[in-house]
Amino acid sequence: MMKLLRYTLLILAALSFIYPFIWMISASLSSELGIGSLTLLPINLTLRNYSTVFERIPLGRAFINSLLVALITTGLVLILGAMVGYALARLRFRGRNLIFYLIIFTMTLPFQITLIPNYITMVKLGWVDSYFALIVPFVMNSLAVLLFRQAFAGLPQALIDAARIDGCGELRIIFQILLPNIIPTVLTVIILTFMGLWNEALWPLIVIRDESTMTMPQMVTLFSVGGRADAQLGVKLAAAVMLALPILIVYLFFQKHFIRSMASSGLKD
Amino acid sequence: MKKLIPYWLVSPYILYFCVFVAFPVMFSVVLTFHSWNIISPMKFVGVENYVRLFNDRLFWQAIYNTLRFLVIHIPLQIVVALTLAEFLNQKIRGQAFFRGAFFLPVIVSGVVVTILWQQLLGFNAGILNRALSVLSFPKVAWLEEPAIAMYAIALMATWKNVGLYVILFLVGLQTVPVQYYEAADMEGATHWQKFRYITLPMINPTIFMVVVLSTIGGFSLFIEPYIMTEGGPLNSTLSAVMYIYKQAFQYYHMGYSATLGFCFALLILGVVAIQKRYVEQEM
Repeated sequence: MMKLLRYTLLILAALSFIYPFIWMISASLSSELGIGSLTLLPINLTLRNYSTVFERIPLGRAFINSLLVALITTGLVLILGAMVGYALARLRFRGRNLIFYLIIFTMTLPFQITLIPNYITMVKLGWVDSYFALIVPFVMNSLAVLLFRQAFAGLPQALIDAARIDGCGELRIIFQILLPNIIPTVLTVIILTFMGLWNEALWPLIVIRDESTMTMPQMVTLFSVGGRADAQLGVKLAAAVMLALPILIVYLFFQKHFIRSMASSGLKD
Repeated sequence: MKKLIPYWLVSPYILYFCVFVAFPVMFSVVLTFHSWNIISPMKFVGVENYVRLFNDRLFWQAIYNTLRFLVIHIPLQIVVALTLAEFLNQKIRGQAFFRGAFFLPVIVSGVVVTILWQQLLGFNAGILNRALSVLSFPKVAWLEEPAIAMYAIALMATWKNVGLYVILFLVGLQTVPVQYYEAADMEGATHWQKFRYITLPMINPTIFMVVVLSTIGGFSLFIEPYIMTEGGPLNSTLSAVMYIYKQAFQYYHMGYSATLGFCFALLILGVVAIQKRYVEQEM
């Protein structure tokens, strides 16, 4: 009896999380008349909504911008995070604890305090409307540093000693010898960083005005807030589906890693 | 030469910290004493910004709105996440499927979730109201009624994030030693008693983490009301971050906006510190 109740509740809950997405996809493929219904399948199947989105806004360009920004930044977070994490975990030097405290301080600092000054920095550097504004402020990630520090600390010293005897420099030790041994951490950092960047909407809204540099979440946001969607529900939904789809597809393949990485960090966007 | 290697490795962090953390924090303090529209030179105005903040009814409204959001969002999230985690923590078929499903909204952009929910919460065509009328309940003006709109947004935020907290609670539940439950079974404890006297105290740290995370997340509420209601109706969903954003980028009041951001950040730090202290006392 208890068991039946448990399954019923879980299935109902699962449906309430999945159904809206299915509805969104099928409604985005329906004609405007069919959208109000509760269907699972599109009514009067059409791609009209999607073609309208592309007519009104340069979404393809925004997709490429988002992809470029997210890939480059994630790569840099990986490289720089591993360097700092390694130094903190395996090397002794003066000021090591100080840097550790600075990282903790940075993580507890609410972003609201740095928002306006950071925007002004971008203005002064002349980076407004450029990729630099979207990439540079995110290339260092305190959480990534901490995750790397923890992972590197768990590796045996013999690994490093052997590499040193073979004449490896510190960079080769980090990237060629140690990194392959902490693949789960690398995946965690990649997933968290990429997802955060792909979904970030506030910062681009602040530093980008020019349509040709806009990222996808920003473009879709302005599209649905501004008048260009003409209150056409299907068109808005089509834009939202295209923003969601890349992450959803990656998620279907790497579901386990996604969940594990979020659980190990305990953080969200 | 060798001694310099560690410093060389950590230099990116130091540079980043100086440019994007230390400088902005200090500059933010300076900015709060100035009036500035970015184009003309900064003008020193003393504590004028702070005086203005105190008398700014819209700012206090935005704080009140944000707190109203938190008061419904956090308890709802804990109850729903803990219930689902507790149910999932038993021997259950399709564990991975359920976890995967609950997690779906977590990974998707808030922009997507907001556009989706805008349709679900529509007055006439929205699915929620259609379902209500099928069950012959009256329709609800989810987003049009000032008294309700913020709660509708809190409901949506819970739907978006609860999957993450289900996972965190599952991790927490797995740390409770099985022996405790076995001992309780011998004493003939009920499900509820086991939950109340074993599970709940044992996962206190996880609950605290969830409270802190969703407090910080809730305080940064922006994109959801921005897209869904644009702060309306009657400013009832204007969040604090949205107001800071508006002051800076609609009216170009950089000094005043920085003052709002600075005071709001202090408020956040204060609330989190109180939460921490409260929990330390409890434990």
